[in-house]
Amino acid sequence: MTAPAIELKGISKAFGPVQANKDISISVQPGTIHGIIGENGAGKSTLMSILYGFYKADAGEIFIKGEKTLIPDSQAAIKAGIGMVFQHFKLVENFTVLENIILGAEDGAMLSTSLGKARKELKHLAEEYGLNIDPDAVIENLSVGHQQRVEILKALYRKAEILILDEPTGVLTPAEADQLFRILDRLREEGKTIVLITHKLREIMDTTDTVSVMRRGEMTATVKTADTSPEELAELMVGRKVLLRVDKVAATPKETVLDIKGLRVIDEKGVERVKGIDLHVRAGEILGIAGVAGNGQSELLEVLGGFAHGTGVIEVNGAEIPLTGHGADGQARRAAGISHVPEDRQREGLIMEYSAWENTVFGYHRDPAIQNGILMDNAGIQAEAQEKMDRFDVRPPNPKLAAKNFSGGNQQKIVLAREIERNPDLLLIGQPTRGVDIGAIEFIHEQIVKLRDQGKAILLVSVELEEIMSLSDRVAVMFDGHIMGERDPAQTNERELGLLMAGITDTSAVADSGDGASEEALNDG
Amino acid sequence: MDKMPKWADIVLIPLISLFLAAFFSALVILAIGESPIEALKLMIDGALMRSSGWGYTLYYATNFLFTGLAVSVAFHARLFNIGGEGQAMIGGLGVALVCLYVPWPHWSLAILGASVGAACFGALWALIPAYLQAKRGSHIVITTIMFNFIAAALLNYVLVELLRPVGAMDPASAKFAAATHLPSFQDMFSTAETPMFRGAPANVTFFLALAACVFVWVLIWRTRLGYEIRAFGQSETGAKYAGISPVKITVVAMLISGGLAGMMSVNTTMGETERLILNSTEGAGFIGIAVALMGRNHPFGVFLAAILFGFLYQGGAELALWTSIPRELIVVIQALVILFTGALDNMVREPVEKIFIAMRRRNT
Repeated sequence: MTAPAIELKGISKAFGPVQANKDISISVQPGTIHGIIGENGAGKSTLMSILYGFYKADAGEIFIKGEKTLIPDSQAAIKAGIGMVFQHFKLVENFTVLENIILGAEDGAMLSTSLGKARKELKHLAEEYGLNIDPDAVIENLSVGHQQRVEILKALYRKAEILILDEPTGVLTPAEADQLFRILDRLREEGKTIVLITHKLREIMDTTDTVSVMRRGEMTATVKTADTSPEELAELMVGRKVLLRVDKVAATPKETVLDIKGLRVIDEKGVERVKGIDLHVRAGEILGIAGVAGNGQSELLEVLGGFAHGTGVIEVNGAEIPLTGHGADGQARRAAGISHVPEDRQREGLIMEYSAWENTVFGYHRDPAIQNGILMDNAGIQAEAQEKMDRFDVRPPNPKLAAKNFSGGNQQKIVLAREIERNPDLLLIGQPTRGVDIGAIEFIHEQIVKLRDQGKAILLVSVELEEIMSLSDRVAVMFDGHIMGERDPAQTNERELGLLMAGITDTSAVADSGDGASEEALNDG
Repeated sequence: MDKMPKWADIVLIPLISLFLAAFFSALVILAIGESPIEALKLMIDGALMRSSGWGYTLYYATNFLFTGLAVSVAFHARLFNIGGEGQAMIGGLGVALVCLYVPWPHWSLAILGASVGAACFGALWALIPAYLQAKRGSHIVITTIMFNFIAAALLNYVLVELLRPVGAMDPASAKFAAATHLPSFQDMFSTAETPMFRGAPANVTFFLALAACVFVWVLIWRTRLGYEIRAFGQSETGAKYAGISPVKITVVAMLISGGLAGMMSVNTTMGETERLILNSTEGAGFIGIAVALMGRNHPFGVFLAAILFGFLYQGGAELALWTSIPRELIVVIQALVILFTGALDNMVREPVEKIFIAMRRRNT
């Protein structure tokens, strides 16, 4: 048996009182795809940062190809043949592909020699791994999927034998993700070792050879992917049995609550983000908006929530709401019966420095019921916050703790508690489970369905297709500011929605014709 | 979990920073060839051991309280108001106009009128940079600094051309009427047998400054406006989501800030000089920045820091009087305090945090 490509022995790392990694040992065989799965905060990224030289482990040893290796910084990691593709790309936007690839790996002071060498090498790599890309294209003009390829090429150019990918599909369409996985397969065939970090069970099941599960800083299991199931992995991640599917009865929609006609949104840079869409949501149903991030869904929510301007007509309960000028702000929207769980709870939904109780009235702080003369009724708000936190199972149930000290899931529960308990007619909810652990996802989904069953209208925006499919009563797909189509989640599949998300409306024609057609269409990007 | 208890953040870290600043100041004094211990003795003796010394210390502290609070309020909205100096100057103009042109029957009414005048003029001077920031995105640091210069030039013009009594050589207004003269600490606390605060400029405005501390505390932590100001300061995107208007908060926070800075002039112009003179602010607007930094933008912290800086000011004057140490040394000490409490905050903070974390781990 050959030596493992990577072997970690007894790695521990603490950040202050938090033990991010506890005595972790793992061994990755060369020429395999090894998945690392775990909830947010389980310590996956910390472990990989140690391997890449960003953090120094408090204890433990690293062996690369059987040899004990010290990795004090990323230069040492590159030297040891480790390449990393980050979740947020580290590319210079206005440089070309070639310039980005040689960045930090230039030979000598003159650029032209390096560029020439890189051009040849890039051609070679493209042939070897099927990573086609125009070396002279400027990064900002490339699709996200292609930018990711540049990141991979960057690592390969630096002679990486081991490639670490951190949540690589977070920003990709399903089709782009499929392409990425084909590239990874190819790399594996060529003998590269790949470590895939993700929280998506399906990706693990589809692509990896072995999988390690992390929970609260510990490695709870390493199993062969073929010998496990999503249910078992989920249980290993959370530490208890988890319901992966949402339990709900069929919707009984009633009158239209939200009616959008010809909505257009132009952002601050003058780019048209929403290009004339029509939508309606009825009482007692969940309308899901699927789409890859950045196709206008955020702007749609922002206009509805009152913090971006738009043109067109939006009616709530039959009354038109203003889209610009006076009355087009969050306060007016709340008065009109719209609650909003924003996409980014850390920048929008919560004030991170505020305590939990202060956050439970954020946006509703002008409500006369919580005023005490000219002062705010802080004692009353605190008492009520305690009750809300108990009802929504926020842990720890301490209203005086600052929002930043709660985990992602518990932060989201604070936002949900605030918005749902206002008893709105319409709930806008963006990325309800982004950065939320599986256990909390279950709870959050239950709350959304419960609100629907109380006869409220819900507009759900999520980039997690699975979430859209399992929660929504109707699914609309957004691409490039347009609604590409609407589907019944019971009668569609991820593949069809994936094509719509990539802007291909003619799904009937390509749905049956296999991989070829759709892939060609996507390759134009 | 927070990394360390609140008391450590509020009390311990400023104290350590202060100690470091004092240590380096001592080195500077040594380098001049004087004894730091003698210097410290002299400062304490001159500023704190006699009631007249306290009278000066508290007089300066009153100025720093107003300007420190002004910087704090703006800072809660993440606005860095460097214009306290100019706002205080223009506030002085407000005080002068109110005192010169209104026939006040009694000082108690006059101080209310002068406060309103000072606050309005100071607020007005902050309004233009605030508007430019809110609507045009002109950075408030730049505009408030420029407005300090404009204020100085404007005051010069007004004093020389408009308010100077006919025949006077001095660029200053006429003396205010006797009815507007504020009782000094000497008037208030001296008895026939024991004169107190003799000759010192501290006056009843000090209590106005204390009231301003309470006002700011209530405003920031107990009212809806304070809630919105802090929310906007922490996260502008969050504020927009909640329907809090960034324009409104920027303008309102700066108006309050400018008003507080302006009120400093009640102390200097009405309480001390009893007429409007050039440069009555003496840099107090800038000291306010250090006071707010050191006081962690909390009124109680600002109070302590203002007293400290009052002590440094008065002690520094004593040093200049009795030793070869120049008065400018106080500027050096202030700079060191600002450096250690503001710019090098993390240098002290991180080791202290580490100690607390280590202690906690040992306990668990």
